[in-house]
Order: sequence, then structure tokens, then C-alpha cells
Amino acid sequence: MGAEQILQYIFAGITVGSIYAFVAIGYNIIYNTTGIINFAQGEFVMLGGMTAYSLSGFIPLFPAIILAVLITAAIGGVIENVFIRRMRKTSVFGMIVITIGLSILLREAALYIWDEQIRALPFFTGSEISSVNILGARISPQVLWVLGVTAVIVAGLYLFLKFTLTGQAMRACSENSRAAKLCGIRTDRMVNLSFMLSAGIGALGGCVLSPLTQTHYGMGTDLAIKGFTVAILGGLGNPIAAVAAGLLLGLIESFSISILPMAYKDVISVIILLIILIVKPSGIFGSRQAASLKDF
Amino acid sequence: MKRHYPVLLLAVVIIFIQLLTLVTGKGYLLTQMTMSAYYVLVAVGLCMVMGYAGQISLGQAGFFAIGGYTTAVLTTIDFSAKTGSVLYKLLDTLGLLISKETLYGDSIIHISPWISFIISILIAALAAYALGVPILRLKGHYLAMATMGFGIIIYRIVLGTKIFGEADGISNVPPFPLFPGLSVSGDFNSRISNYYITWALVIITVLLLINLINSRVGRALRSLHGGEEAAAAMGVNTSRYKVIVFVIGAVLSAVAGVFLTHYNGGIGPSEAGVAKSVRYVAIVAVGGMANLWGSLIMGLVLNFLSLRGVFGHSDDAVFGIILVLMMMFMPDGLIRRSVFHNIRSQLSRIIISKKGRGRSDV
Repeated sequence: MGAEQILQYIFAGITVGSIYAFVAIGYNIIYNTTGIINFAQGEFVMLGGMTAYSLSGFIPLFPAIILAVLITAAIGGVIENVFIRRMRKTSVFGMIVITIGLSILLREAALYIWDEQIRALPFFTGSEISSVNILGARISPQVLWVLGVTAVIVAGLYLFLKFTLTGQAMRACSENSRAAKLCGIRTDRMVNLSFMLSAGIGALGGCVLSPLTQTHYGMGTDLAIKGFTVAILGGLGNPIAAVAAGLLLGLIESFSISILPMAYKDVISVIILLIILIVKPSGIFGSRQAASLKDF
Repeated sequence: MKRHYPVLLLAVVIIFIQLLTLVTGKGYLLTQMTMSAYYVLVAVGLCMVMGYAGQISLGQAGFFAIGGYTTAVLTTIDFSAKTGSVLYKLLDTLGLLISKETLYGDSIIHISPWISFIISILIAALAAYALGVPILRLKGHYLAMATMGFGIIIYRIVLGTKIFGEADGISNVPPFPLFPGLSVSGDFNSRISNYYITWALVIITVLLLINLINSRVGRALRSLHGGEEAAAAMGVNTSRYKVIVFVIGAVLSAVAGVFLTHYNGGIGPSEAGVAKSVRYVAIVAVGGMANLWGSLIMGLVLNFLSLRGVFGHSDDAVFGIILVLMMMFMPDGLIRRSVFHNIRSQLSRIIISKKGRGRSDV
């Protein structure tokens, strides 16, 4: 394998890795405020890409993407408000089942609205044949867009959680929801906000990646399990580490194609998930001390 | 003996349904009844895992596929061109080969489905054991994702491997001769006999499971569901029981997979999909979790309606709606013990209040 080819694989890995990171960030935001895993997270990515595709028929691309992100965020908020909040008995099992049910409904709704066709947004700059030469590897300018948006999301999320009052309130909810409530934080609003935020981030990921990976109504299930793999790899509850883990999984997958048949690509990440769950469910970046306090 | 009365009732209902279809001339309904019964087998197995042991499994379709695909691969190997091989001679002297004539008059020699049945079940049980021991230590989301991951692995393997027929699946699977003159096949003439074979299998399974529930294992399981730490503190070997039930659930799925594959004469990758696993979870959730009869009834009703095409194109959506509505409004399931208890207590209250109408303190 030549140096250029390795570089090519690395860029391909980073690209798919970032979509997993988008899903994993979404998992983490909701997990932090509610302690639940939203199995419908992959569907938000799909909804973002699909909505932006439909809107781009009427308005220019960038406003379409912004609108799609807002619409998906609103859907995320509505889902929390209508379904999750109104559950009579909240158990982990109930949350798993209801979010799986919702993911099916979102998928079926997408099938009804957008049918089975695979769709893609146009490339943000240039076209599918334009490429940028980086150290001998030829990559699409869209890859740079993906990396840029991922970096902006991570930095923005960090600043939001660290320095804004709302962000601090959200972190307070994840530390101790009861104590946060006693301090006067509207925890239910924070939960709602976390659903909107993670839906919006997922949708943005879906839009940026749509030109490269295409958008299909059924793409959510695979994204859900891979995003979860990444979230676990990074340590559940740590959105920033999720990005590093996402890139790692993307790279592993990308290089695995050169050894194994393409059809088994998805098997690799699931096997990694099983191994990490069995060996170290606190994640590779998670501390052993914190893990001993958690219940896996 | 009292707890076996419902089984007797089930048997009566099964015979009644057959007679009804005979009288009304709707014998074709028996085909879907038969297929539903195999899915019921998966559902009652999952009911043991989820309802009694309290462990969520989103990988039941994976075990179903292990059973179905193993038997499909093994019984579609044609030995007629390999009559010289050692394996052929060995199998032939043991009487484990069956010769069959194809539509074109050629003869095909394949191994007895009994062999492939045993191999399928062994593989499923081993897979469940190997998977169950490490992952059943996990809880909640982690367990759900791990079992779903297993399901996805199986799905991807059957979809991407040539001997499993990739997207087409495997067809031309021969019938499964149980006894002389009685075989599991989708043949038009054996529709009624197959209906009874299947339901006999379900009834036997339910009887065994009822006995299991009311045995030491069953009591251990219920204590497990109530609180794992408490059960462990009382000396129940929780991890062992969890694995046992997980293997039982997997074996029942695999049995269903083997028989349904022989009944349909083939199997496709959709049987291994996550959507199927989710469907089984939905059935058990509607059935009231720790309720064998609930899973049986809902498994029959929902699969029958689905196979009849009542839900049309929105098959998956129906199961999604079921999951969401159940969790929102009836987290204990549609068919739960307390419903019967409530009815009974309401009735007895009415009777008592009628009796004691004269008294003021009632």
C-alpha cells in the first residue's frame, strides 16, 4: 500500500467517522440529561438529509440546510414532549422500547414521504468530480466541509456547555437532576432542549454528509448501532471523546475494507461494539474509577 | 393439574378452528395459522427471556436465522454426484440420506433433515451460550444494543455470503419427514396435517415451559426479575439462570426457524433482520411480558393478521405504533393478569353488594 493510498483510506475513514460522531454526540446529549439512549438518533440524521433535499428544490442550498436542521430539531422536541414525557411508567426497558417504536415510525413516515429512492444533496462547493490535492491524496472538497462542520460543532458544543447559563443548567441536570430541580432549573425544559439539540446536530450531520454518503429512508438502524459503538468507545456521557472514537471507528472500518469483503464492513464495527461492551463498557477514554460507580 | 387446563382449552380451540375452516370452506387460512404458530414459538421463547428473566433481547431473529439457514444449507447439498465419497457411504450406511425426484425427473440425494435439525439446534444453543455468558452481565441499553448487534452480525453475514444465497436466500429446501407419511412441507395436500404438527409442537412447548415456570428454575427466574441483587443475595445463581433461559429462548427460535424453512421450502435474509427481532419484542410487550399466554395469543393474532396482509404496506408501522402506544399507556401489556383479577374482583364485588344490600356497613 503506497503512502498516497494510505492517506486516501485515512480521509475516507475520517469522513464516515464524523457521521458516527454526529450520531454519538446526539446520544450523549440526551443520555446526559435523561439517562436514556435514544434509539431513534439515526433517524434524525436521515430526516435532516431528506428534508434539506426536498427544501433545496425551492430555496438555495444553505437556507434549506438551516431550515432542515430547525425542522428536525422541532421534530425532536415534539417527540420528547408528546411521547417520552407522557409515559406513565419510566423504566429503562420502556425507554428502549418506545424509542425503538418511534424510530420505526419515523422511518415509515420517511418511506411514505420520500419513497425508497436514494437521494443526495448537491456538493457544497464544486461537483462530484472536483477534488483537492492534499499530500498526494485526492479528496473531495466536501470532506473538508465535513471536517470543518464537525470541528465547529464540537467547539460550539464545548463552549455552550461550559460558558452559557443554559449549558451549565444542562450539565447540572446530568450531574444530579433532582438537585438541579431544587436549584430552580426547569429540568423538563432541559430534557426537551437536549432532544432538540441532538436532533438538530444529527440533522446537520445528515446534510453535510448527504453528498458523499447519500440519504436513504432506512439508513437509521445501521447509524444507530454504529453511533452507539462510538458513544461506548468514547465513554457514554462524553460528547467530545465521542468525536475521537468516531474517527477511530471510521479509520478501522475504512482499513478493514482493504482486507475483508465490503459486505462484512458493518460486521467489524458491531464486533468492536461487542468486544468493548464485554471488556470495558466504560469506554477506552472512560476512567475505571468513574466506571465503578456506574451500573452497566 | 389445574394450571394445565388452559393448555386443554388451547387444544380444543385449535381443533375447533380447523373444523370451522372445514365447514366454511376456508381451508387456506390454515396456512397462515401454521406459519403464525412457528412465530408463536419464537414469541414464547422470548417471553421467557424478557418476561420471566427480565433480560431484553433484540436478537431473536438472529437465532431464528441460524436455525433456518443451517438446515437450508445442509439439506440442499446434492449428494447424487458424490456417490463415491466417503461421507456419502458413511451417511448411506447409517440410512441418513433421502432421495427425491425433482420436477424434471432427475433425482436429488440430500441428508435427512433430522440431522440438519440437530446440527442447527446445537449451533444455535452454542451461539446463545457463547454470546449469553459475557453479555448477560450487561443491563438495560447495553444489553439491548449487544443483542441487537448480534442480530445485525447474523443479518450481514447471511446477506453477504454466497452459500447463504445473499439477497435471494435459499430456496428448494426439501420437506422434513417427521414420521413415515407425515412431513413438514407446504404441500397443498398436507395442509391440515401440518397445521396439527405445528400446533402440537406449540402445545408441547407451552407445557414444558409451564412446568419450567413452576419449577425451581421458574421461581429463581421470577426472583431475578423482581430484583437481581436481592435474588443473588438469597443464593440464586443469577448469571447461570439468565444464561439457561437465554439458551432456551434461542433454541425455540431456532426450532421455529428450522421447521418454518422446511414448511416454506426456503428462507430469505428478511427473516434475520432487526425489524423481525423488534416485532417479537413488540409481541411479548403487548402480551404482557411475564405472560406466556399473552405472548401466545398476541403472537398468533398479530402474525396471522400480518401474514394475511391486513396491515398492507404499513406492516412495520403497525408494530411501531404498537410499541409506542403500549409503552405510553399500558406498560404492563394488553393481556395481563391484573385484567382478569380486576374483572373477577369487580364481579365478586357486585355479587357481594347484592347479597348485602340490606346491611348498612357494606
